Amino acid sequence: MDSMATIRRTFFQECEEQLGELETGLIKMESGTQSVDTVNAVFRAVHSIKGGAGIFGLDGLVKFAHAFETTLDDVRCARLLPTSTVMATLLRAADVLADVVRAAREDLPFDDNKTNILISALSKLDQNAVIHETSPPSESITEHSSTDTGSKNWLINFYPRRELYAKANETALLFRELNRLGVVNVTIDTSRLPELSQIDVDGAYLSWTINLLSDCTESVIRDVFEFVDGDCVLDIANPTEAIVVDEPPEFYGGFEFFAPMGVDVSDTAQPVEKIEVSVKPENITGKVEASATSSIRVDLERVDRMIDLVGELVINEAMLSQRILEAGIVRASGVAVALEELEHLTREIQDSVMAIRAQPVRSVFQRMPRLVREVATQTGKLVRLLTEGEGTEVDKTVIERIADPLTHMIRNAIDHGLESPEIRLAAGKPAEGVVRLAALHRSGRIVVEVADDGAGINRSRVKAKAEENGLISIDAALTDDEIDNLIFLPGFSTASAVTDISGRGVGMDVVRRSVQALGGRISISSRPGKGSTFTMSLPLTLAVLDGMVVNAATHSLIVPLGAILETLQPRAQDVHPLDNKVRVLSLRGGYVPMVDVAMALGYRSEAIEPTKSVALLVECEGGSQAVLLFDTIQGQRQVVIKSLEANYRAVPGIAAATVMGDGRVALILDVDAIVAASRTDQSRPETIRADITLMEAS
Amino acid sequence: MSQSFTSDVKARELIAFRIGEQEFCINIMAVREIRGWTLATALPHSPDYLRGVINLRGAVLPIIDLAVRLGLPSAEPTARNVIIVAQIEQQQVGLLVDAVSDILTLNEEHIQPTPDVASDLVKTFVRGLLPVEGRMISLLALDHVLPTHALEAA
Repeated sequence: MDSMATIRRTFFQECEEQLGELETGLIKMESGTQSVDTVNAVFRAVHSIKGGAGIFGLDGLVKFAHAFETTLDDVRCARLLPTSTVMATLLRAADVLADVVRAAREDLPFDDNKTNILISALSKLDQNAVIHETSPPSESITEHSSTDTGSKNWLINFYPRRELYAKANETALLFRELNRLGVVNVTIDTSRLPELSQIDVDGAYLSWTINLLSDCTESVIRDVFEFVDGDCVLDIANPTEAIVVDEPPEFYGGFEFFAPMGVDVSDTAQPVEKIEVSVKPENITGKVEASATSSIRVDLERVDRMIDLVGELVINEAMLSQRILEAGIVRASGVAVALEELEHLTREIQDSVMAIRAQPVRSVFQRMPRLVREVATQTGKLVRLLTEGEGTEVDKTVIERIADPLTHMIRNAIDHGLESPEIRLAAGKPAEGVVRLAALHRSGRIVVEVADDGAGINRSRVKAKAEENGLISIDAALTDDEIDNLIFLPGFSTASAVTDISGRGVGMDVVRRSVQALGGRISISSRPGKGSTFTMSLPLTLAVLDGMVVNAATHSLIVPLGAILETLQPRAQDVHPLDNKVRVLSLRGGYVPMVDVAMALGYRSEAIEPTKSVALLVECEGGSQAVLLFDTIQGQRQVVIKSLEANYRAVPGIAAATVMGDGRVALILDVDAIVAASRTDQSRPETIRADITLMEAS
Repeated sequence: MSQSFTSDVKARELIAFRIGEQEFCINIMAVREIRGWTLATALPHSPDYLRGVINLRGAVLPIIDLAVRLGLPSAEPTARNVIIVAQIEQQQVGLLVDAVSDILTLNEEHIQPTPDVASDLVKTFVRGLLPVEGRMISLLALDHVLPTHALEAA
């Protein structure tokens, strides 16, 4: 059943896309900027999920999607107005639908309560819809609201055209679907089947007459055939009405001719792969859904492999230039010129490949309006969310990992940043607060800003709190900026009461840590009475890193640029011994511990003389600072990150590896680990050794 | 003793190599490629038999000095040394040896059991002995070559 598993995977991939469309559409509808197309797109998204789910026998999903679809249909047919209450329910339903889809994908059981609550909420809306109705319910597709008392005998004539098969539809599945509606009796008509020698293998020759005994409405039956709409001729006649069972329309007569003889081809049928692009002039309903953008679906692994290879190419190209330089070939020679061309091309290929993985931040931004609504409701504040730069592109892995910090920042902005409507009015501001979420590219990085127009940071309170928690010494002279950034310290929370929204022990320090883990930085600026702005700056990709190449003893190391605050040349009078091993550097009135990296990594046993070294002031986890000592600095460069764990294991103090221009491996320093190790035990190398023993024993 | 894919075979091909005066062999199916010695980047706080890591077409490949690992006298590697790139479970690892000497095809019954000797190293790595044209070749099990594996077994 491998092919089935593949189809199933495709189905869930498409579900994700449909869910995205659903969300986008619903948000558009909520903001009142929808068109007829939006509502149709929303309906289609849910319908497609339902259709696919039916094929895989995901009954729970089908049931929920059906209820959802029913309500959406009411909205589509203007029987139900998209008021804010209706939209709230629909948005919640979209959430639950996403949960159900994910549960189905992971084969996990799903809590029926959650779906049942929403199904009943949705059906309540449906009932309202009936009340609002002005036109007769001829189109109602709600099975349960049907007032029919008895079953009707439907006569369905179904003539597939060759396009139906060309799109990998399977008639047996349609019949199976009909079978769910009631008692089905299918008769095949093979009269148009030609001699075997005359058969066109791609033709369509068969037709069926179906007797369906069911209490359903015609639109329910038509829904079954929705996916083949336009690729077949469908006559549905109710015996209570005039029965028209005639020869199929004229164009059927002679040229479409063959149906696969085997009936059970569920392994090859790919209903979820279908694209609605039937644009034959004789389309009956004229439903044309040509997709405007042409795109292909590629396995992420293939792209990653490609990126790896291009990374290789870059390294090889650098090695080649170095060799040519060593060979003493003149700069102006043809070789050197050709090499320059190659270098140019290589960079371009690298950029293009990286661009394949790049995605707009829209997918993350889309989740925020819901969050804002929830938090606003919980806090009783009025909030409007403005988003800018949703089209800003960044690597997929970065996108996946900014969602959490962003969620927290927005919660924080509403909970702590914005004031309640009364206070706002008293301060002469509009009752509704504004949270602005913006993304932009700036000097090779992506910058995400979360700004609120609230009260700004209450600096005296922040400072008092920091003193109280022992984070800063009493009467420390701090600039406004320094005070603002105190909120990133671990164990800092000014909200006097732990609220439900923020302050659950997850402070801004966690946000900062996760941003730093991505090689990013976060800062805040605040103006009293005007609001605060959090600015998060992240690398565009996690595959490459900007680093400072340094030498520790005889080894080259890379220090991530994101961690470096400044480069120093320690002066003798600023170096103070704390004990026989630890020395601190006096820096602008404070004392910062110094770490000899070569010694910490066991490259040498005698500490370097600080005045003869180059020092990097770094910032680590929790915002503390340290000075790392190296022998020399080689310069700054972009490196491709390579995993050590893939073929070896994690090495304490080392974050990853990279390959330098000479083809040798250089190690990327884990600044946090090096500083943390020096902090926990002053006998540094032994501490790290102890870690190794622990790791090996486990 | 854990089962190794280098020791549970019937008729098979083995690749033989030299370290100093001794000859060893491993299952050829575990070998991905053989390449010359290049300078490795030392890893901090690593075991003494880990020469460091090299760049193998973009992947970071740890290099095990098999002589040190097996407790044999070791010398600084030169351009004449070779690295056997071997697949051990999900990982690739480079084995630094003196030279590749032979490719052998033989049956299970040719393998003599290792005599019960005191050495822990022998017990950990040597799966059997092969008499080939008057020479003795030790069949190695690779799954204990990497440091983490070694300690699990201990």
